[in-house]
Amino acid sequence: MALTLLRGMRTPVVARRNAGLFFTTLQTPLLSRFTTRAESARAAAHKSIQLATKEAAEQKTQSFEAVIGIETHVQLSTVTKAFCSCPYSYGSQPNSTVCPTCMGHPGTLPVLNAKVVECAVKLGLALNCEIATTSKFDRKQYFYPDLPKGYQISQFDIPIAKEGYLDLDLPVEFGGGHRRFGVTRVHMEEDAGKLLHSESGSYSQVDLNRAGVPLLEIVSEPDMRTGIEAAEYGAELQRLVRYLGVSNGNMQEGSLRCDVNVSVRPIGQSNFGTKVEIKNMNSFSAISRAIDYEISRQILLHKEGQADQIVQETRLWDESSQKTFTMRKKEGLADYRYFPEPDLPEVVLTSEYIDEIQNSMPELPEAKRRRFENMGLSMQDVLFLANDDNVARFFDSTLEHGADAKLAANWIMGDIAAYLKNEKLSIDEIKLTPLELSELIASIKNGTISGKIGKEILIELIAKGGTVKSVIEEKDLVQIADPAAIEAMVDQVLADNPKQLEQYRSGKTKLQGFFAGQVMKASKGKANPVLLNKILGEKLKANS
Amino acid sequence: MPPPLQAQRLLLSHRRLPSPHRRRFTAVSSLPSSPAKTVAAAAAHAPSSILSIRESLLSGERTAAEITAEYLSRLRRTEPSVRSFIHVADAAAEREAEELDRRIATEGLDAVGPLAGVLVGVKDNLCTANMPSTGGSRILDGYQPAYDATAVRRLREAGAIVVGKTNLDEFGMGSTTEGSGFQVTTNPWDDSRVPGGSSGGSASAVSARQCVVSLGSDTGGSVRQPASFCGVVGLKPTYGRVSRFGLMAYASSLDVVGCFGSSVVDTATILSVIAGHDKMDSTSSSHDVSDYKSELVPLDLLESKPLNGMRIGIIQETLGEGVETGVISSIKDAASHLEQLGSVVEEVSLPSFSLGLPAYYILASSEASSNLSRYDGIRYGRQVSGDDLNELYGGSRANGLGHEVKMRILMGTYALSAGYYDAYYKRAQQVRTLVKKSFKEALERYDILVSPAAPSAAYKIGEKINDPLAMYAGDTMTVNVNLAGLPALVVPCGFVEGGSAGLPVGLQMIGSPFSEGNLLRIGHIFEQTLQNYSFVPPLLAES
Ligand SMILES: [Zn+2]
Repeated sequence: MALTLLRGMRTPVVARRNAGLFFTTLQTPLLSRFTTRAESARAAAHKSIQLATKEAAEQKTQSFEAVIGIETHVQLSTVTKAFCSCPYSYGSQPNSTVCPTCMGHPGTLPVLNAKVVECAVKLGLALNCEIATTSKFDRKQYFYPDLPKGYQISQFDIPIAKEGYLDLDLPVEFGGGHRRFGVTRVHMEEDAGKLLHSESGSYSQVDLNRAGVPLLEIVSEPDMRTGIEAAEYGAELQRLVRYLGVSNGNMQEGSLRCDVNVSVRPIGQSNFGTKVEIKNMNSFSAISRAIDYEISRQILLHKEGQADQIVQETRLWDESSQKTFTMRKKEGLADYRYFPEPDLPEVVLTSEYIDEIQNSMPELPEAKRRRFENMGLSMQDVLFLANDDNVARFFDSTLEHGADAKLAANWIMGDIAAYLKNEKLSIDEIKLTPLELSELIASIKNGTISGKIGKEILIELIAKGGTVKSVIEEKDLVQIADPAAIEAMVDQVLADNPKQLEQYRSGKTKLQGFFAGQVMKASKGKANPVLLNKILGEKLKANS
Repeated sequence: MPPPLQAQRLLLSHRRLPSPHRRRFTAVSSLPSSPAKTVAAAAAHAPSSILSIRESLLSGERTAAEITAEYLSRLRRTEPSVRSFIHVADAAAEREAEELDRRIATEGLDAVGPLAGVLVGVKDNLCTANMPSTGGSRILDGYQPAYDATAVRRLREAGAIVVGKTNLDEFGMGSTTEGSGFQVTTNPWDDSRVPGGSSGGSASAVSARQCVVSLGSDTGGSVRQPASFCGVVGLKPTYGRVSRFGLMAYASSLDVVGCFGSSVVDTATILSVIAGHDKMDSTSSSHDVSDYKSELVPLDLLESKPLNGMRIGIIQETLGEGVETGVISSIKDAASHLEQLGSVVEEVSLPSFSLGLPAYYILASSEASSNLSRYDGIRYGRQVSGDDLNELYGGSRANGLGHEVKMRILMGTYALSAGYYDAYYKRAQQVRTLVKKSFKEALERYDILVSPAAPSAAYKIGEKINDPLAMYAGDTMTVNVNLAGLPALVVPCGFVEGGSAGLPVGLQMIGSPFSEGNLLRIGHIFEQTLQNYSFVPPLLAES
């Protein structure tokens, strides 16, 4: 069916029909608006520019302050689209997941996917919002080829959730500190399709796979002051949607998109400066860099007496030059001619429905961080463990099996994290179970194995699975804690190294380390190090 | 067994009989005394074509193919002058009829649906999977949807045969069918006159018996006014009673799929099939659907005063200035007839009535400006190439959309624009609330309200084409009902002078939400007891 419907949409057809769906004169900026460009690999090469910008920003910020607000679009990972029963999966063949409804064919009507409401309420509650028991949909009207109906079904004056906030802890390396940023509103809407421009620029094609995919738009209060704060706000939102399971939050795929509004004003001034919108940032670090660049650009204009050059406009972040560029100037406010969507009834939620969702909410990142913090962990540990839901779950489960929090944290953040990083795995993809990690910690603590052996066993468990006990038995790794056995080994080592013993006795006491190493080697690492050193010390003393 | 149509005989009595007292409703008084005579009269007054077809198939007297052939031959004969259809699917209809006959022969009549062999005309703004669907607009010239509108699908599932797509004012915007991007349909009663609109093709097709029944859509009177102009029964159901899925949206909050028949029974039969909740339309109602036809009492079983105890309000504001005297007297006669049937008829004033028309045009245009945005030439329909996007949009829409549609898009765009929204759209919504309220109050005091369906009978083609305000004024009688979302039935009730044989006038009966059963019951009694008129157009007597 899609083929017959899609006159002019399959690859060759458009070109054949009239040499182009249309010719665009805005090729480059438009293109970048509709491609989800991967984070530039060249970012590292630009570190110096980035640093310079940052330093400049910091220096100049002394007399100016930036005001930053963010609009985030989160694509929901519902099975079907918002208003029809088409599935959606990123990267499908163009126009393969479409139907008459999401293509805006005559006579079709939207039917709301109940899952969208559920996701919206979940996120609204997670953002501490007031949930509207009665909200409605509105039509936001504009013409663009990726918008099949000529309007987007959205929510205008009565969003499903409003007046909330988001708590977060800034990373220690950026100075740390707790922040609370206001959330103005959360509303439901549908995504548009994508334009694909031909290489020659002579025609464009429309892919409507994404058209009608449900989005939540989260509008923040203008509470952020730096690029880092904005990036962390975005990162925390990403964590939230992942914790809630409402979205994969993937920025490269465009499942999470942040548009940022930046203005600057002299410190002490209460009015906002002229705000500039920045789009096209595909990572949180890009958000941070783009904002810092934009802040320094605006402050520079202020300082040069050219503040009037700061105009209401949309600028695009360009990863390769690490700069923002004008995409379009806004001539007055766009008039979207919103009016209530007559094809959809009001969304009415009962308090039972909201309560049920509230009660099924998982522990959220902020609560988790506070809980970990109360265990006496450092903020660095807390952030590491709480930032990734899977890691947090692994950690919690390890503790449930009786492990000490600090020790478990050290193992996870140390050897396990290093392994994951090397192998590019996530913690739920390894064979080590929280139970065995707790066993491992216990085995070291009770002296069955040494810490060093523990590290070896860990790698074995991560890669191959199994239990701590079986690996210890299999490899005969039980720590030698029998003083007689250690004494025998010490004696043997001293007997085998008469030259070194001679030197020791003539005052080179540093050689104790050498002897200890030899004994450990002879024990294949299994000798209890405390006992070893005690016995060795006694022997050396006695013999001298 | 009479064939479903006996034009010659019926034509004899369609004009008003000369009578010194202008009191022509004699059926009621004759009821108790001579039932035999009434039964005979019943056969002559708006017999059910669907019932007749069913009986023919049951008795084996005629096959579905023969019935189809009869309608198609009449269609071919009358179509050159009436031009009801934008697309005639005669070959498909014949094929489907033969298939029905095969199934009846092998599996019996029960194997086919209750509408087996019933030819249906479908307004071209309703999507049909295997036929073009243009909405009467050049911008959709050649467009063929991938699916059937729910109402069409339900008819087909009941065995009905879609004979073609009927003409309309482009996207339903107009009251004459002159606004079609393709052709002008004429009124079967007088080919120099309009059939009304926007469902003019559906009304004229039933009037000329080119099909048995038809589907239309009613946003501001688009079923009721052409029903009145063409002398057929037209039903505008409660908003949400019939799914809008597959209806090309004009004004979503007002649009309703409605139906036409040459009798109340046929209209009721169709409604039972097309009504009901549809998961594809969130605004469709899950209110129970009854077998409307079974609630209709045959004439010979009627009591002498079948409307005893019923209170009927005749809307004062619809009988005043701007309404033709002939229409007023027809409606007053109809009111007297209703009284003779036992009801109490009183004049009732709806104070917000006159506010309805401007409010309607603001709301309908606003929604239209949005609903028609999808006709942009990008994905389907006509596309005009351009050097940039605006040229492509502008060219495609300028070229593909007609004058009236453009005007309403502009009006609607204006009304929704920042700074004007409160003064127009919002205010119109407030008026709508008032209109709803005043209807609700009136319908608490009266079982139904009645009025003319239009202030005049069919007027001349071209008469109002350059005077849109005059055309809009013609919608006064009907738009309030859409604003209030109420059901309304139009039943032919009389004639005014005009044409070779007079021009029909329809009585509009308005009820509370989901009271279609009651309206059809009253309409049926009215129709069956209206002895001295027949509403078969002179066109059918010509050969
Ligand atoms: Zn779809």
